[in-house]
Amino acid sequence: MRNVLSQTLRRTGTSLLVLVGVSILIFAIARVIPGDPARVALGPNATAEQVASLREELRLDEPIVVQYLAYMRDLLRGDLGVSLYTNRPVAVDVAEFLPATLELILVAGVMMVGLGLPLGILAARHRGRWPDHLVRVVSLLGVSAPGFVWAVVLMLAFSYYLGWFPVAGRIDEQYDDLRHITGFLTADTAFQGNWAAFGSAWHHLVLPAFALALSGIGQAARLTRANMIETYERPYIEMAEAYGFPAGRIARRYAFKPSLIPSLTIIGLDFAAMLGNAFLVEAVFGWPGLSRYGVQVILRKDLNAIVGTVLIIAALFILVNIVVDLLTTLLNPRISHAPGGRA
Amino acid sequence: MRRALSILASNPLTIAGTLLVALIVLAAALADVIAPFPEHQGAVVDFVNFNKPPDATYIMGTDLVGRDLFTRILYAYRISLILGVAVLAISVPVGVTLGLIAGYLGRRWEYIIMRVTDVFLSIPPLVLALSIMGVLEPTLMNGMLAVTAMWWPWYTRLVYNIARGEKVEGYVLAAEVIGASRAHVMFREILPNCVPAILTKMTLDMGFVILIVSSLSFLGLGVQPPTPDLGSMVAEGADYLPDSWWLSVFPGLAILLAVFGFNLVGDGLRDILGADR
Repeated sequence: MRNVLSQTLRRTGTSLLVLVGVSILIFAIARVIPGDPARVALGPNATAEQVASLREELRLDEPIVVQYLAYMRDLLRGDLGVSLYTNRPVAVDVAEFLPATLELILVAGVMMVGLGLPLGILAARHRGRWPDHLVRVVSLLGVSAPGFVWAVVLMLAFSYYLGWFPVAGRIDEQYDDLRHITGFLTADTAFQGNWAAFGSAWHHLVLPAFALALSGIGQAARLTRANMIETYERPYIEMAEAYGFPAGRIARRYAFKPSLIPSLTIIGLDFAAMLGNAFLVEAVFGWPGLSRYGVQVILRKDLNAIVGTVLIIAALFILVNIVVDLLTTLLNPRISHAPGGRA
Repeated sequence: MRRALSILASNPLTIAGTLLVALIVLAAALADVIAPFPEHQGAVVDFVNFNKPPDATYIMGTDLVGRDLFTRILYAYRISLILGVAVLAISVPVGVTLGLIAGYLGRRWEYIIMRVTDVFLSIPPLVLALSIMGVLEPTLMNGMLAVTAMWWPWYTRLVYNIARGEKVEGYVLAAEVIGASRAHVMFREILPNCVPAILTKMTLDMGFVILIVSSLSFLGLGVQPPTPDLGSMVAEGADYLPDSWWLSVFPGLAILLAVFGFNLVGDGLRDILGADR
């Protein structure tokens, strides 16, 4: 256990370094903008004074290193600057839009693991036969289209033709004045005991989350299948078969766990990639998450908001990867991430 | 070779994928001949035939200004494929070279290159491309640059992992003992052993570049009108669901088919080359 703890600390340390690197990269990207960033942000109708005052506010007349250090100093105080698009602090904007996106991603992540792993196990147990081929085609199809294509297809089929799910939004209009506590509507409605609103929130959530999860489900199923098949060739499985253990028990108790570990890293990466892919799904379903904000600030070249949003997404991305690393260590004590250790 | 053919023959999905990819490449190359209305690739307006459902003349219907969707999809394929090749043509040599240097030379090189790679890999790919596109003008060329900038680290990491394992193998030591230069060892000794993995990844990536480029233009940050693009066609059509379903469904299917085809071929290639050891 001490090993796990010290490893977490070390991992967090390197991740912080990487995060500093990310901030430098994003800051550099945002400042190499062709032309005067202040002029671009304010548009052609702004007066010279407005441009000059924004230049001063963004410290554009100072060397880029000074600009960066000043930005980092503000960042450490939780100040991400003011968005030129909403005229509010970027931190406030992100705090408002992020929960909707996180809620979507969390549910999609659960779907990815909950459907992808069983499908992979099913395919591996019946390898070479029709369930295997079916899972292979389905999972490849899932991987082969961007989230927005699945979103359009699912919306057309389940919202318009079958009418099972609402077309857009997070919750029915009548619950709009609901009090927000966490920003996660499924949690907020449950806390307040408003079960009708709770149902409405889930009703709106299922389809976008599934559209977002599809490529992850495919990826998880393919990986689990490949790893399970490798494990099935091990002697101890053969022994279990020779003892006459039921196939289901062999699959669950002996073949699944060792197969899970290599899959987990990639599943973690896929889960984290949803932070980006959510942009596509949110756009189709009119989901009021970070995506609409992100695209708007990018189109308006709102520098503070771009840097702030990307930094927060990158921080979440890194966090997910740390958690996954930890899980793999807990599942398999043989893996050591210590320097000089054997992986 | 015979082994490769027998694996291929036993895998109908790989054959199907190869045919699919061949068909798409051919259709894109011969778009000028196949397309029923070649002039519809540009800014043509035909208000008599706008927003028409699929029929005998317009097999996939027409868009909001009366252009034949089938024609536009063919030309969009052409641009997607060219973009895919261009992105890989730049990012693979860069990524592979950096990976070889980091894996073989080690020490300071390894530290610097792999930390920079970590930084690039710590931003979700789509978000990185989006933020680069955000500061650049949304043109075809810049879209390619943005995607290239996020693509090379994957090859660096892939080759780095192989090279690190190979550098202690006998053949590398033998080359070093007879005084081969570091460049020779990297490119003539280690690189050939990375080729199967690189080729497999490139095939899969052709599909994924198409996917990411279409995602950028879906969000309005990629290829700009009137140049036909699958992603922006889906975006345009999504506002007219469910009545004008063909506007977004056919371009969406076109993306799916292309990526699916490259995935099938890549999967098959992995079996044949045994790239994932």
